[in-house]
Amino acid sequence: MRAALVLLLLAAGCASTSGDGDPRDPLEGVNRRVYRFNEVVDVNVAQPVARAYTRVVPNEIRDRVRNFFGNIGDVFIGVNNFLQGKFEEGVGDWARVAFNSTIGLFGIHDVASDMGYEKHNEDFGQTFGRWGARPGPYLVLPLLGSSDARDALGTGLDIYSDPMGEVRPYHLQYGLWALRFTQLRADLLDASRILEEAALDKYVFQRDAYLQRRRSLVYDGHPPREKEPEDEEPQKPR
Amino acid sequence: MKNRRNLVKALAAALLLGVAPVTPAQDAAPDQLVKTVTLEVVELIAKDKEIRAGNRAKLVQLIDAKVLPHFNFGAMTALALGQNWNKANPEQKKRLMEEFRTLLVRTYASALAAYSEQKLDFRPLRAKATDTDVTVQVRVLQPGAQPVPIDYSMEKTATGWKVYDVMVGGVSLVANYRTEFNNVVRDSGIDGLVKNLSAKNRSLDSGAPASK
Repeated sequence: MRAALVLLLLAAGCASTSGDGDPRDPLEGVNRRVYRFNEVVDVNVAQPVARAYTRVVPNEIRDRVRNFFGNIGDVFIGVNNFLQGKFEEGVGDWARVAFNSTIGLFGIHDVASDMGYEKHNEDFGQTFGRWGARPGPYLVLPLLGSSDARDALGTGLDIYSDPMGEVRPYHLQYGLWALRFTQLRADLLDASRILEEAALDKYVFQRDAYLQRRRSLVYDGHPPREKEPEDEEPQKPR
Repeated sequence: MKNRRNLVKALAAALLLGVAPVTPAQDAAPDQLVKTVTLEVVELIAKDKEIRAGNRAKLVQLIDAKVLPHFNFGAMTALALGQNWNKANPEQKKRLMEEFRTLLVRTYASALAAYSEQKLDFRPLRAKATDTDVTVQVRVLQPGAQPVPIDYSMEKTATGWKVYDVMVGGVSLVANYRTEFNNVVRDSGIDGLVKNLSAKNRSLDSGAPASK
């Protein structure tokens, strides 16, 4: 384990000269290595599983599965809205949990949306951002993919605090996580195909999309205007 | 409701100033334009068996005819190139526009092909009648997930309202290409970018998406 870490750091050291010098991505060398590793896992494991899942499981059922995990997610989406001082949204999230868990049969039906309680997108990374934390360097996490220093910490907390962590026995809990990630990957199959077609350099395209997306989410879709990136980018002598 | 009032106001202003009335397609309010075109395209796809069966060429044709006239590709390419746009000569600019346009149409076709029966929510326009640069918002509603906002940045031109950027879920298409283009131009110049884009388009022609 430790040997692997040392190797990883050595690789980062060797690679650090080859980056494109983007100030938001000082660890580009090691990030690209992790990205390639993730892609191998994605192409050989996650995608085939997600594809088989969409083939075998009808759309109707997949909607139920998405709703079920969405309902679990709403608990801490509410917590994060409260932490950000958005009390009305937080109350709405918890009302969603209350209605969907009962009338919606353990969350498999999203009745709350029909009642006018809109689903939100919140997590600890966004809460830290709202509190003023900067994203820090862009990171590609093994298996989890695009992140940054702030969001990596946030994701850790998201997973740690997730209600599904209470599920026992453990094999049931792991089964649920597997299903949750399969559903998530299946929902992203179209997006990853579009990325494949649209990008000249997938790594850069995905990184920039991630950073833009997270910035937009922190400000709930209304980010303040920022300086054009080329204004602050130092010109690299060549 | 507000849009109609804006339209009436715009019309009144035009009459007052003695401006010659423009053709119907040109004076359509930007949010109405987005709605009409989107619904028309969605309906055409729903009715077309070949497109639904995966005929990409036909879908591209449809986009070419119905959607593209409402995009300002010159502005999009210039924005995506950033400072590098000024370094390009007219011939390079023309080639860049053509290749970028081809790439965007394909991306758009892929996105449309992925569209199933999600409901669309056309948001009322929040702009003054005198504004010449507006954002038209559409939300894609999907069960069990937060709606995905699609924002069209539109500018008023002599030939009607034109889209110059599309933001999906807060991600600006133009801004996203800027870093990529910047990197290629830095490494291999404007001609390198033209070559890179056309190679990308050709690789998509042959079916297999190629990417680093």
